[in-house]
Amino acid sequence: MKSDLIVLGGGPAGGNAALAAAAAGLSVVLFDEQPAAGGQVWRAPWAGKADPHDSPERREGDALRDALASSPVDLRFGRRVWSVGRAFRVDALGPDGNEWVEAPRLIAATGAHERVVPFPGWTLPGVIGLAAATVLLKSHAARPAGPVVVAGCGPLLAAVAAGILKAGGDVAAVVDLASARDWLVAVPHLASRPSLLAQGLGWTLKIAGRGVPVLFRHAVRRVEGAERAERVVIAPVDETGAFTGGSERSFEIGSLVVGHGLVPGGEVPRLFRAKTRFDRLRGGHVPELDADGRTSIAGLYAAGDGVGIKGAAAAVLNGTLAGLAAARDAGRLSESEWRKRAEPARTAAAGLAPFSDAIAGLMALRAGQVASVPAETVVCRCEDVTRGEIEAAAVAGATEVNQLKHFTRCGMGPCQGRMCGETAAEILARSLGVEREAVGQWTARPPLRPVPLADLLGRFDYSDIPIPKPAPL
Amino acid sequence: MTRVHDLAVVGGGVHGATAALFCARGGMDVALLDRGPLCREASGVNAGTLTMQMTRVALIPYALRAHAMWASASEWLGHDVGVVVCDGLSLAFTEQEAEILTYRAGKRREAGAPIRIVDGREAKRIEPGLSDEVLIAGHCEVDGYANAYLTGLAYRRALIEAGVALHENRAVEGVDQGDGGFTLRTAQGPLRARRILLAGGVWIEPMLAWLGVDLPIKTLINQLAVTERVAPVMQTVIGVASGLLSLKQYPHGTVVIGGGWQAVGDRERGGVELLPERLVGNVRLACHAVPALGHARLARAWAGLEAETRDALPAAGPVPGVNEAYVCGSVHSGYTSGPYIARLLADRILGREPDLPLFPIDRLLAPDPSEGTAP
Ligand SMILES: Cc1cc2nc3c(=O)[nH]c(=O)nc-3n(C[C@H](O)[C@H](O)[C@H](O)COP(=O)(O)OP(=O)(O)OC[C@H]3O[C@@H](n4cnc5c(N)ncnc54)[C@H](O)[C@@H]3O)c2cc1C
Ligand SMILES: Cc1cc2nc3c(=O)[nH]c(=O)nc-3n(C[C@H](O)[C@H](O)[C@H](O)COP(=O)(O)OP(=O)(O)OC[C@H]3O[C@@H](n4cnc5c(N)ncnc54)[C@H](O)[C@@H]3O)c2cc1C
Repeated sequence: MKSDLIVLGGGPAGGNAALAAAAAGLSVVLFDEQPAAGGQVWRAPWAGKADPHDSPERREGDALRDALASSPVDLRFGRRVWSVGRAFRVDALGPDGNEWVEAPRLIAATGAHERVVPFPGWTLPGVIGLAAATVLLKSHAARPAGPVVVAGCGPLLAAVAAGILKAGGDVAAVVDLASARDWLVAVPHLASRPSLLAQGLGWTLKIAGRGVPVLFRHAVRRVEGAERAERVVIAPVDETGAFTGGSERSFEIGSLVVGHGLVPGGEVPRLFRAKTRFDRLRGGHVPELDADGRTSIAGLYAAGDGVGIKGAAAAVLNGTLAGLAAARDAGRLSESEWRKRAEPARTAAAGLAPFSDAIAGLMALRAGQVASVPAETVVCRCEDVTRGEIEAAAVAGATEVNQLKHFTRCGMGPCQGRMCGETAAEILARSLGVEREAVGQWTARPPLRPVPLADLLGRFDYSDIPIPKPAPL
Repeated sequence: MTRVHDLAVVGGGVHGATAALFCARGGMDVALLDRGPLCREASGVNAGTLTMQMTRVALIPYALRAHAMWASASEWLGHDVGVVVCDGLSLAFTEQEAEILTYRAGKRREAGAPIRIVDGREAKRIEPGLSDEVLIAGHCEVDGYANAYLTGLAYRRALIEAGVALHENRAVEGVDQGDGGFTLRTAQGPLRARRILLAGGVWIEPMLAWLGVDLPIKTLINQLAVTERVAPVMQTVIGVASGLLSLKQYPHGTVVIGGGWQAVGDRERGGVELLPERLVGNVRLACHAVPALGHARLARAWAGLEAETRDALPAAGPVPGVNEAYVCGSVHSGYTSGPYIARLLADRILGREPDLPLFPIDRLLAPDPSEGTAP
């Protein structure tokens, strides 16, 4: 099947990109592996798991879902995209097996991954990602077993703690890498989005109202437990996230919810070898984009947290701009019509920059935190590679992340480095005494997500296999 | 600054690294330069199959000796590349394939490979993971695999121990001849040597052009795929009559699926794209052979570059018309045979008589002797 535009990802960025392009007259196919639009932030509750609570996020998500449903966009939910090729061709596994669509333009809006900087015990059952916990709360109306300690950094801390309380859970403490002052410094910037500031304050008040202790400038030292997480030990840190040697405190827990910001996935631009640069504030390597989201590859656009952490509000605007750019490049919008539609989004996006920077700053990777990972702690959990093994690889001559992978299997497992990649790269760079940029970036390859071979096969006869001509004897 | 090496090897794949190692052990002062890290092109990304059943007939005597080298890598290389020696099976599912298989196995047997033809039932006894669709199979006990991604680490250690001056991430941009030797131009400054060995895989064509020699090299873009770790589904190396499947499960549980299906790329850009229909085709063939594989998930697929000369036989010998310049590469199933062929060339560079003949490139520089007269 052919269309004018394929959009990958139905979150705030992809959803709005599809709407803007379709409104300009492009035929658009939208793929997402979720059952409905909304992405991470505006996740829809799963069927039969309706969260009784109304929330701003729920309302925004419903608005996007309604707008898409009444648009001409060809919606392909429940499809896991595994291959993306030039020209462009997108292959996805869905309820009817493999399906593909071709289009001269592609917008990648695949979102971010969660980062957890390792500490002893982080792989024990009962330790849950902070962003992952939002999925539990929003889609499954489930909460982590209490008592819960919520730890890490960024705005999701308060949101998740408040969400657990709202769902009737028991939060023992909130442990924040940032200081209260860091937040105060960020507040004027956050104030450029008053509704979000109010939401954040609401969360904070909720936590305060229940008397939940909030420990600023603290981090998880270790989690203890035989078969699962039973106890978390925390300790004070400095502004880099390094432990100060101050006294430890421990909490008996049912779960630890912990996350240290987000990493832009960026797999699609990387697959096409679009030009990238390293941007610590935005979470890692990000593609070089123009103001409308064009990458260095003709016809390939990108938007949202997948190409640099900026938050949902920016994702909406950048998605819209990418959709409009695709329509304009396809010759469906005149210069003046494009300008009329794009100008408001451009202005709003510029106004959002201080807010986006403040949010990203609170979630950026802290150097001292990486330095605190003990040598025997596993960094790559798929392949059980420890920090010490990464450092040994540096001594053995690994100078670049893909070589590190060959030396240690770090990043070779099912997650393909999505979880550990940035931390491992940071450790390698530190061991070599070079900047993070110098150790390069992980080569992206298909599949975009692991897929069962049986699903790829489909029904076939042996004679259908296009076996190439035999090699010379 | 004016150090003049006895030998400069350009290209640190399995050919260049092996030749450098044996020349250094033979007493030469050797420098090895690669534009990237060691063995990160074909020699680090290949399927690692060490098999006679995909090897060209003319190379069987070399491949048998090379197999013995790999099997004893701990002795001469001294570092682990994860070699497992096991049975190998080449399968036929149709009458036509059975015919091809019987013919090809016969030719390889004449060349010395201990391949016997077995029926489907016997094949299944050797490999319980096989499907019931197998008519006959070629069975060879001289088979196995290595863990190709460990090649760079193993050679790196061995080369340093042998005293080779290792220059990774140092691309050679050209070569000047004169003063009884060669000057290699690199962005990090010149490097001088009395002899040079060009071992650049698919890049030996541009390398030979530095010396004014025009040797066309075809670039194959081979696709490979690997699954997540799964419980054991097979214990042998499996191929098919046409040679277009290679399948094995590593001790850690991943299954590597290859066979030379072609992806998109070229010498300038590398293997840049995999075609979904070819991935699906390769996976179908694999699951047709070992049905239990269907439960595994595909973790990653990639493409690497393999070199091929006009007659698909190696380019391994002196460079005609250029004193003390050598070339080594373009060996079919070159990971299997590479170490042995490179060692033969090292003997020649060291002034010893190689045990088996080399593959001088003079034959490839002459005009193409019209169709079908390849040696
Ligand atoms: C787990 C998680 C939870 C988060 N929770 C919040 C929150 O509660 N509040 C908040 O403000 N921010 C949250 N964020 C931050 C979030 O990145 C942004 O708020 C916002 O969702 C970004 O919008 P987006 O459109 O760029 O990406 P996303 O919203 O992430 O949308 C990307 C979409 O692409 C789809 N997709 C990706 N790859 C494929 C593929 N191969 N095949 C098919 N579909 C694919 C995904 O299913 C997803 O729906 C969270 C991030 C993560 C990673
Ligand atoms: C995907 C794939 C699967 C394969 N599977 C098998 C298999 O299962 N069994 C088997 O026997 N064989 C297999 N092969 C073939 C085998 O991998 C190759 O024949 C062999 O590795 C070639 O080694 P080489 O040293 O000639 O080349 P390479 O390993 O490619 O080394 C050439 C080196 O030259 C360097 N170089 C290039 N230009 C410059 C420059 N200007 N300056 C300095 N250095 C430079 C490169 O960086 C590279 O490291 C496979 C090949 C591929 C691609």
